[in-house]
Amino acid sequence: MSLMEQVNRKALGLGVPLSVHLDVTYRCNERCEHCYLEHEGTDELTTDEIRDFLAQLAEAGTFFLTISGGEPLLRRDCFEIIEYARGLKFNVKLKTNAVLVGKEEARRLRDAGVEQVQVSVYSHKAEIHDGITKLPGSLARTLEGIRLMREAGLKVTLANVLMRSNAADYFGVGELAAVTGAQYTLDPTITPMLNGDSSILGLRLPSESLRTVFRDERLVGDVGEFCAPPAPIGDDIREGIPCSAGHTSCYVSPRGEVYPCVQFPLACGSLRRQSFAEIWAESAQLREVRGIRAKDLSTCSTCAHLGTCTRCPGLAFMEGNMRGPSSADCEKSYVRTGVVTAGMMREEGFSGRGVGRMELVQIRL
Amino acid sequence: MKECYVARSRSVAARQLGEEMVIMSAADSTLFNLNPIAALIWKAADGKTPLTKIVAEQICPEFAVEEGEALRDAEGFVRELAAHGILLLAETPIAETSVRVDKTR
Repeated sequence: MSLMEQVNRKALGLGVPLSVHLDVTYRCNERCEHCYLEHEGTDELTTDEIRDFLAQLAEAGTFFLTISGGEPLLRRDCFEIIEYARGLKFNVKLKTNAVLVGKEEARRLRDAGVEQVQVSVYSHKAEIHDGITKLPGSLARTLEGIRLMREAGLKVTLANVLMRSNAADYFGVGELAAVTGAQYTLDPTITPMLNGDSSILGLRLPSESLRTVFRDERLVGDVGEFCAPPAPIGDDIREGIPCSAGHTSCYVSPRGEVYPCVQFPLACGSLRRQSFAEIWAESAQLREVRGIRAKDLSTCSTCAHLGTCTRCPGLAFMEGNMRGPSSADCEKSYVRTGVVTAGMMREEGFSGRGVGRMELVQIRL
Repeated sequence: MKECYVARSRSVAARQLGEEMVIMSAADSTLFNLNPIAALIWKAADGKTPLTKIVAEQICPEFAVEEGEALRDAEGFVRELAAHGILLLAETPIAETSVRVDKTR
């Protein structure tokens, strides 16, 4: 077991919110076509409220703090927040589009001791990237921000959300990362908007493109291993928790609302009405999430993919049942391995793919 | 080693987790999990107190260990953390400006 796994296990045992994602604003200077947020900027936590919250988090034992948005650098006090967080010895990761990062900003992030900066890059082609962000010139400005941050000595990761419009460009973005000395990460997940609007799901990568990505050894390494059929499932998996959301991690919105995860819009409490410790310890919603074991999942508990699926309980929640399957993850498991998932078997339309619905017959011997 | 002064680096992340302490080096992103003795040395590393005094006054009474052995272990520990940029070592007290107040519990 790696040290990180040991730390996670210890945090789970102690009930410590080891990782917290804080969106300091929903305002943004880009209008990405796949974004799950509405960009109004009203009623954000003040600087003092955020400082108070961060002190509470340090007291609660949080170690990993992700500061994101919206575009966090649109807040004039963003550096003050980051520097205060570092003073409290958080491991700080910043998610930004880097459009507003100049030499001075890069230096301040480096001097503050930010562990890592994650920057969204959709394509190496300006017409594709700028077409997604709806901000003309954004790729050039983002790449300049990345260059300055690398020059300052910061660790940078290029996060490549993959969808229909940039499906062919992941290798180009990977090369950009290599050229700039950045890390590269790819995410083919498009989620519904937090307000429930699912119209952006049409942007999701088609299955055929996803299949190509999952079989590209430059991304996944050993394709045979990555795409292997799921291994048998033991009791440790069935008795385990399906996800760290609400157990050792949570999300806080710009207005101070606490959720299990940024992709899990189950409101658990407000920092403007309760302390973080009170919400973390006593929220009925968090207790419900924490009570769920893999064996309790309504469809997935019998699925062959239970031990290897990336099932997101937040996406399942947005589909109507936090204990149910997440269809996007069912598709990923299926496309990756070719093995049908329990969630797909339950879908009415699945017979069209060659496996028909049939009566379950019990045979007595 | 002559007298040794130790100070916590400003560039790390650190948090108490139960009786242990988790520290990540900003230089190479190495994660450390300090046991209670190591965590005590980390907390006491204010740049002003010599390591011998930290061992004699805090480690030995708290953990009932022999002073010579404890000091040897402590020296090995601080050297290892210094190699990862987590602690600063010096033969004279380390200035406050390079330490900054640690607000960790």
